[in-house]
Amino acid sequence: MRSDPANYQLVAPGSLQAVVSLLAEDPGAWMPIAGGTDVMVQYAAGKLPARKLVSIWNLPELRRIEVLPDEIQIGAGCTYTNLREHAVLQPEFSLLASAASWTGGIANQNRGTLGGNIVNASPAADSLPALLVSDAALILISVRGERRLPYADFHTSYKKMKLAPDELIRAVCLPRRFSEYVAYTRKVGARNAQAISKVCIAALGRVAGGVVDDIRIAVGSVAPVPVRLVKTEQLLKGKRYDSSLLVMAKQAATAEIQPIDDIRSTAKYRAAVTGNLVAEFLDKLGASGHGQTA
Amino acid sequence: MPPPEHPPSGNRAKCDVSLTVNGELKTVRVYPMERLLDTLREQLGLTGAKEGCGEGECGSCSVLMNGMLVNSCLIPILQAKNANVVTIEGLASGAQLSHLQEAFLRFGGAQCGICTPGMILAASHLLKKKPEPTLEEIREGLSGNLCRCTGYIQIFEAVVEASRLATTSRSAR
Repeated sequence: MRSDPANYQLVAPGSLQAVVSLLAEDPGAWMPIAGGTDVMVQYAAGKLPARKLVSIWNLPELRRIEVLPDEIQIGAGCTYTNLREHAVLQPEFSLLASAASWTGGIANQNRGTLGGNIVNASPAADSLPALLVSDAALILISVRGERRLPYADFHTSYKKMKLAPDELIRAVCLPRRFSEYVAYTRKVGARNAQAISKVCIAALGRVAGGVVDDIRIAVGSVAPVPVRLVKTEQLLKGKRYDSSLLVMAKQAATAEIQPIDDIRSTAKYRAAVTGNLVAEFLDKLGASGHGQTA
Repeated sequence: MPPPEHPPSGNRAKCDVSLTVNGELKTVRVYPMERLLDTLREQLGLTGAKEGCGEGECGSCSVLMNGMLVNSCLIPILQAKNANVVTIEGLASGAQLSHLQEAFLRFGGAQCGICTPGMILAASHLLKKKPEPTLEEIREGLSGNLCRCTGYIQIFEAVVEASRLATTSRSAR
């Protein structure tokens, strides 16, 4: 059933300070809406629980991308298009830029925001494995001030997150220490564009003297929240790269996750594909030696 | 920062929203959560933007807002306040069709016509960013616009032709 706009309130206070003040007045009463690519879909379907919305679209404080010596701070209101077109992000954080390019068509990339993707907390969100594997941190803001926490601690279970009712994500911080790592990302879905992932992987690694010096693997759509394949990583770290390692990696990754059957795929398929993707990454890592490739 | 025009504790009342549509300044009295698509079609009589899926998947409601391709079904009208919106009605100048419209006619890029306004606006957004797109770039640029008639080939050909026409008229100047 279509929603009647007469039953909804929407305000646009126009500044970040005014928005957090409003959230603090009655915590939990107001739902933030940025580009609307998730909220308006729920609204259209008559499934939006909130009746009072506050627009955070285009708040200048949330649209900045700051390039600092150690990290890049991306305003939570930056769109996928902003991520794809940024001169530093595009080459240095190809994982995130690629994820942005997979998310919806151009019109949705022009409106969907990184902060919105995080807060919407879909297990299939394409940008989340990239954040997890890159050791991203979030800066949360409220009238009480700002706090910073690792993204890895943010999503606790399905659609649950460490965000107080009066808080907003202000920025996403990406450390620059992995810029020399080999980066690998791939989304497996029914089609390349406009399809929700069956499995999405983001990985970083470094080979020195034929040995896997460091390796980091994150996978989406195989658990209620994106997961790091910690056991697989530990197994591979310090090992000499050869074809037997590929087999070992594949088995370890398949065994490490417990995906589910749902409308988009099956547990069996997801586990098998995850193993194959990890093997593909390792193959790329072994072939490259060092240095970042696309 | 300008002061908020909508008091945070305001009730669910209609408000006035001004926006520029196809070059003309319009003021509409609306519920702030009304969709831009509905304002365009029902208040402003611009029925070029179509409602297909109503959830941002099909692109038939595409318009340009401040130069950016957007799905107007996903935009609460309050977020279009002071924006510059261009619909398919704003693309031709009088009887003079745009290069894209001409090319779509010539190559059979339009059949039933439901996707066409969105498709042409998506193509115009693409050509603005990439005046001479590759086939892959055309596919990507139009990937959010679904067509069930053409099989897309005629549409891609029309975009290539529009790009060529624009390049020719640029070099003629």
